[in-house]
Amino acid sequence: MELHHLTLEDLAEYLRKKEVTSREITEHYLSRIDAHDEEINSYVTVLNDEAIRRADEMDAALSRGEDRGPLHGVPIGLKDIFCTGGILTTCGSRILSNFVPPYDSTVYRKLSDAGTVLLGKQNMDEFAMGSSTETSYFGAARNPWDRGRIPGGSSGGSAAAVASGLCAAAVGTDTGGSIRQPASLCGAVGVKPTYGRVSRFGMIAFASSLDQAGPITKTVKDAAILLEAIAGYDPKDSTSVDVGVPPYREWCGRDLSGTRVGIPKEYFVGGIQPEVDREVRNAIAALERLGCEIVEVSLPHTDYALACYYIVAPAEASSNLARYDGVRYGYRSEGYSDLIGMYRQTRADGFGVEVKRRIMLGTYALSAGYYDAFYGKALRVRTLIKRDFLEAFNAVDVLVTPTSPTTAFRLGEKTEDPLTMYLSDVFTIPTNLAGLPGISLPCGRDEESLPVGVQIIGKHFREEDLIKVASALESVLGAFGVAGESGAREES
Amino acid sequence: MPITAQEVLHIARLARLALTDDEVAAFTEQLGNILEYMKKLNELDTQDIGETAHAITLRNVLRDDRVESFAEREKIFTNAPDREGDCFRVPKIIED
Repeated sequence: MELHHLTLEDLAEYLRKKEVTSREITEHYLSRIDAHDEEINSYVTVLNDEAIRRADEMDAALSRGEDRGPLHGVPIGLKDIFCTGGILTTCGSRILSNFVPPYDSTVYRKLSDAGTVLLGKQNMDEFAMGSSTETSYFGAARNPWDRGRIPGGSSGGSAAAVASGLCAAAVGTDTGGSIRQPASLCGAVGVKPTYGRVSRFGMIAFASSLDQAGPITKTVKDAAILLEAIAGYDPKDSTSVDVGVPPYREWCGRDLSGTRVGIPKEYFVGGIQPEVDREVRNAIAALERLGCEIVEVSLPHTDYALACYYIVAPAEASSNLARYDGVRYGYRSEGYSDLIGMYRQTRADGFGVEVKRRIMLGTYALSAGYYDAFYGKALRVRTLIKRDFLEAFNAVDVLVTPTSPTTAFRLGEKTEDPLTMYLSDVFTIPTNLAGLPGISLPCGRDEESLPVGVQIIGKHFREEDLIKVASALESVLGAFGVAGESGAREES
Repeated sequence: MPITAQEVLHIARLARLALTDDEVAAFTEQLGNILEYMKKLNELDTQDIGETAHAITLRNVLRDDRVESFAEREKIFTNAPDREGDCFRVPKIIED
């Protein structure tokens, strides 16, 4: 078996048995990145020398008996939205194309403390705005199962890297589905934790009330391991919540008897690709065989979530992105005569078209005369959407839905029509609005062998329920594996 | 909900964005379509519904306003597009 097929769990075991060193694993991944990433474009920055140096450090520490746990010596990738001290952090944008943060995000700090080896910073939609990784200033990333297709977005680089064996695991961010949708489209496991579960300190802000970091991995157990490492209260983030982090790993492999699984009828209506509908229904049948009680529930305001989200998220984005003015860091344009001109030209040249579109949308929704009609209205609808979920959770433990209405679409297919692109996140957005945790895991393939994902949504701060149900489901459906050169599954 | 090119230019001014003529034309059409879609929310009566700005109940976090020194000052300045000593340089905003 080749090293890039191993799970985090296996890598930890081999490292401790001295069957492999962190340096060997790291070199293996770096050589794979060198050989294959030109095609996939999943990395913006690769840390060749730094990663080897770090791996040697971790090997030395382990041989001294200094063991930092299951991530010790394991090479991972990070979405290029997390500030990494001394390491270029672009957020997929020209305006940050030269930005070297002077500090670490808490997510990166925690991963470093856990002993991981950072392979590099991964490609993403600019400022996490997109569902296809086509809005990146550094070019589109590709789906490893069919390189003519998108890997999903905005954490598309991270999902593509995991699915093509270019890192052992990755951490992405999810504002409206940006972990779960690319995980689904690439055949990986992706978790969006409860809002407040993982610190947002040093994570470049898109929409502050929605953004949340989470793992993208090969298996559910790996996701549990990584989530345990990054979760927890952080005094540096005033939106981080001070509740204990359960040992998520221990929720893998448990019995599902008596678990109440809700199927929201509004998620199984027109517009879903028939194979997605079929594979998700098969997964639900598998859950029933595992002892779950399947209950139909209703989330009546589902149909309004997309409109609500595309007011709330751009409004917050327009405010967060006001800081990019070319004064203190990042790109600055030439050829202006005054300060306002410098701001306007810098932002015009520094931001791509999707980012500008959302800044415009958000500025409009917040502007005098429209605030109540758009932003205020959206916040009231958000209350209704959240209430739907809380009511459903009176009757069930988790909800099961498709993650994305379709499998991976072709590059360029939806770039002309923003509204059609926005529909890719129609099943993931409501959980962000309600702050709930969600996981996506592979549950089958369509006629062209592209991965289909199923989403499990849980109660606030009950990620362990997601891990439990997803792990049991994975044990009967099987993990998806790593894509080979031809897009076929590599033998593991 | 159709919007005009003038409105787009007004919003762009508020957002400190210079737009090309092509962008103005494209955004006028696209923002109009998106805002038209948003009107869907008006189907719902939200008269007695409170606003949810954050899904999780947060409490205000306060700390003492104390000056702390940041060890990596120079690293901040190395990111500056235009620097003069310990200052970020910008175009003059006061007339002679």
